[in-house]
Amino acid sequence: MAGLKRRPGRYESWGLSLLGLGLFLGVWQVLAVGMTAGPQVLPAPLAVIETTRHLLVAPFAGHTLLGHLAASLQRFGLGFGLAALVGVPLGLAMGRFGWLDDLVTPLFEALRFVAPLAWVPFAVLWFGTGIGGPVMVIFAGAFPPCLVNAYRGARQVEARLVEAAQTLGAGPLRIIVEVLLPGALPAIVAGLRVAAGLAWQSLIGAELIVAGAGLGFVMVQAQSSLSPQIVMAAMAAVGLVGMLIDIALRRAEWAIRRQWDQLA
Amino acid sequence: MLVVLGLWWTLTSGCGLIDPNRFPDPAETWAALQQILTPGYAGGTLVQQAWASTRLVLLGFAVAVTTGVPLGALMGLSRRAESLLNPAFLLLRPIPPLAWIPLAVVWLGLGDGAKILVIWIAAFVPCVINTWTGVRGADLTLVAAARVHGADPVRVLLEVILPGALPMIFTGLRLSLQACWTTLVAAELVGTLYGLGRVLDSAYRDVNPAMILVAMVTVGLLGAATTRLIAALERGLTPWQV
Repeated sequence: MAGLKRRPGRYESWGLSLLGLGLFLGVWQVLAVGMTAGPQVLPAPLAVIETTRHLLVAPFAGHTLLGHLAASLQRFGLGFGLAALVGVPLGLAMGRFGWLDDLVTPLFEALRFVAPLAWVPFAVLWFGTGIGGPVMVIFAGAFPPCLVNAYRGARQVEARLVEAAQTLGAGPLRIIVEVLLPGALPAIVAGLRVAAGLAWQSLIGAELIVAGAGLGFVMVQAQSSLSPQIVMAAMAAVGLVGMLIDIALRRAEWAIRRQWDQLA
Repeated sequence: MLVVLGLWWTLTSGCGLIDPNRFPDPAETWAALQQILTPGYAGGTLVQQAWASTRLVLLGFAVAVTTGVPLGALMGLSRRAESLLNPAFLLLRPIPPLAWIPLAVVWLGLGDGAKILVIWIAAFVPCVINTWTGVRGADLTLVAAARVHGADPVRVLLEVILPGALPMIFTGLRLSLQACWTTLVAAELVGTLYGLGRVLDSAYRDVNPAMILVAMVTVGLLGAATTRLIAALERGLTPWQV
């Protein structure tokens, strides 16, 4: 089909992209300036940039934007790290031992459909609103992909290799660490990337509901003081940091995959 | 199943290892279920609250499918449309759907509108991306064959490209449905008058762990049920897939 194959030239494509971006920002600006409701409803893009710069130096809701970002990143790191530290070894072990698989899978399947955010009430009841509660919610979001990918990765490791290691007298722990872990590494890193996305998302959700600092907290505070330009500044920060995390893990995934392909 | 129930009972009421204020025992949970089923809790019975939430998910999901799939198809068919629309899409995509909740509340208040907006955002992105990928991956030989036999572009789109993209589209739908439920629960926890999020929130404020558990199980069951529904729909619409 001609329509599918005919590509616009490089310049045309760049031009259209710029036009699209310009249209998007332009319509936004016109809507913001033209609407009678004014900045209380839709702040202009320039106003959002101005607010972001202001928030970098002036504290809002207790900290500057960077202070809130640090609080968010700390929770994210704890929750995500914990999920990886528990989920990956458990997934590998489930891939190795059938009885563990039979034991954990029904429980896991039952819990999988509970949205991570639905854990918020229990998380707060058990661990409070400071660090513990949000960290548990992040854990609930990031744990399933860690476990599932480690499990799938371990199952895909050739049985031949495991048997060879067994014949040479390796114990179960050594098989998991030296055969299954390296074999499943590409799958694990792919799972970690998905988990990081979900963890970041759950973090924002948890901070919207319970927290005293962090980017989600900034949004809720700004929402109740009806300042959408601060909400948007925080949204931009959330989007940017989430994107950076994703890019970093994508790089790692790519590098590992390339190395593994070379070895294979 | 029995093992889990037995373990649950032993840990909570049997030897009192877990504080009942932290996790409910089976009897309490049963009582909470009875309470929410007949007199109701937080302004409605379980069925009413569950229906309020399910209705919002289905509405937001339907709006997302009807907007996302055509947009994805357009971006898949035309490189020009892709170049034009992609920048705005790339700019908005990294923002998690949950981060739209405060803005939605500022714009539309605590009613249904804000929730539908947020659910729409959550489901829209996977719909667009998967339709786009599916359409872009259309088998060009089939498309050319259809053209040679005199099919006009509309027919090619409806009878060759879209059926080819359907499995991919359904993958997007499943992903977005899960995102819808997460987002709805978050949106309802931030503020609402009805729905399962409201039940969770009230139960948390009353320190009623049994009710929290009932609400959580209901959310999980509804999520599983809607996912099954999508899977059944997929089997019905793509019978050639095994």
